[in-house]
Amino acid sequence: MPYNEPSPLEVKVLTRRFGLADSASIETYLATGGYEALRKALGMTPEQIIEEVKLSNLRGRGGAGFPAGMKWSFVPRNSPKPKYVVVNADEGEPGTCKDRLLMEHDPHQLIEGILIAGLAVGAHTGYIYVRGEFRYVIEILDRAIDQARQRGYLGKNILASGFDFELYTHTGAGSYECGEESALLESLEGKRGVPRIRPPFPAVAGAFQCPTVLNNVETFSAVPAIIRDGGTAFAALGIPRNGGTRLFCLSGHLNKPGVYELPMGFNLLRMIHEVGGGIPGGKKLKAVIPGGSSCPVLKAEECDIAMDFDSLARAKSMLGSGGVVVMDEDTCMVQAAMRIMKFYAHESCGWCTPCREGTIWLKKLLGRFHAGEGSRGDIDLIGDVAKNMLGRTFCPLGDAAAMPTIAFVEKFRDEFEAHLEGRPCPYENTHRGAPA
Amino acid sequence: MTFSPELEARFEKLLQSYPAGRQRSALIPMLLFAQDEIGAVTPELVEEVSRRLNLKSLEVDEVVTYYSMLRKKPAGKYHIQICTNISCLLTGGQNLFEHACRKLGIGNKEVTPDGLFSLEEAECLGACSWAPAIEVNYDYHHKITPEAFDRLIDSLRKLD
Repeated sequence: MPYNEPSPLEVKVLTRRFGLADSASIETYLATGGYEALRKALGMTPEQIIEEVKLSNLRGRGGAGFPAGMKWSFVPRNSPKPKYVVVNADEGEPGTCKDRLLMEHDPHQLIEGILIAGLAVGAHTGYIYVRGEFRYVIEILDRAIDQARQRGYLGKNILASGFDFELYTHTGAGSYECGEESALLESLEGKRGVPRIRPPFPAVAGAFQCPTVLNNVETFSAVPAIIRDGGTAFAALGIPRNGGTRLFCLSGHLNKPGVYELPMGFNLLRMIHEVGGGIPGGKKLKAVIPGGSSCPVLKAEECDIAMDFDSLARAKSMLGSGGVVVMDEDTCMVQAAMRIMKFYAHESCGWCTPCREGTIWLKKLLGRFHAGEGSRGDIDLIGDVAKNMLGRTFCPLGDAAAMPTIAFVEKFRDEFEAHLEGRPCPYENTHRGAPA
Repeated sequence: MTFSPELEARFEKLLQSYPAGRQRSALIPMLLFAQDEIGAVTPELVEEVSRRLNLKSLEVDEVVTYYSMLRKKPAGKYHIQICTNISCLLTGGQNLFEHACRKLGIGNKEVTPDGLFSLEEAECLGACSWAPAIEVNYDYHHKITPEAFDRLIDSLRKLD
């Protein structure tokens, strides 16, 4: 069963089977319209499928928000090489916990989306790259793949159409960096997860140096609804250029944290108060990380905002992977910045110097600061180190570490100053909840 | 080295999952599944997997040192990962980790003398909305208070 009660404000498209008995089984899937989109897609041309996905305004749910239909159209159809579909299920962006649910509660929806992507680009093999900690999810996916094969939805000559497709799960073994698409492809080839230089992009040289469509679990999971109901209908659920719904992961200081499917463009304050049940203890809102730890923090007064890729970009943040982390008035922003940087320092793959060195130095600086040993000059030094990482690395991890740090320093400079001259952290209650 | 028939079957399936000539792709899954069975990535395992995939043992070693779940020394029978990342930090994850250290009498990445428990401060486990979250071997536990943690440890001790 789902881990939180649904909200009446939800628009359930991708999560509509959550909570049904045996929601992961093929019987439940077939009884609720499952694999109808695949039947429809088998009667369409690849161009028609891609056109529907373009019409849907579906943008990548992994974090970057790149239009999915356009990404698919970059795969060279006349290439003599085999083509692949690769699913990024290496969910690990702090604040994000939606892909696990989509795979756990509705694995066939994901499989159907992968098959439709395969039809669209002429691929006959797919891999679901699942983070190693999600072992039980791999078992659910493997069972679903077996069921689909037994019923003729995978394997040779699917539904007597002449279309062949094989699908495999592939476990990672502990690495946030492998959620970055090119590092994921290296890892899939049995190597260290270090990023590749681009171009060429995965659409041209991806898995095994062959043309590859690579998207997030949630992106593929949206595809059956798009084909079944039409791209225009999906787009209409959201707002212009941001089609459909999205799974928002509400966490932090909320009365009803949980994963909720809401239309793109849903207002953040309503999300906090009406969906997430407001802040415990009647406390005031201080800040929100709107899309996972890589996204620059918003101050409370910036939170009356539509949650879509473009509105967040205008606010100099990002919609990211949908991880909405809510922080109340007693939260220490220095500690939050420090913990996030500790994460990036741990996860930097070490391939490029600005990220490898920058994350470690920022971790030391922020740690020293939180311990009351920072100097006034360190406040600017933190910003300088972070700015020197921006845009200077092979992959976005360097930026992902630098951007939130810059925002914490710029927006909450007063809190950094409050830690100066050996003063104890004024917000020692940040990590409450569990009494020591 | 010999493995259980189940693990051999898994290896067989893995080796058929990748394009011809790309069997190296099976490396990381093979190491992790084998570690689950024998407890650690031992030098013997590295040799065995190198031989089966026709790789240099150095090529296997450089992979082993990259991935945080692969370990050269055995963990406890119950390996406990406690997330202290941002969403868990805000809801008591850091306190929970410190509580767990006291309860078990060990620190980060250490094993209890009886080999029953090991502890690791984890990065985001993907359970942020039900924080603080922990994982015991491959089992998720959500919204864990220190009291719930103590009950869990006591029940695992009894199981043994």
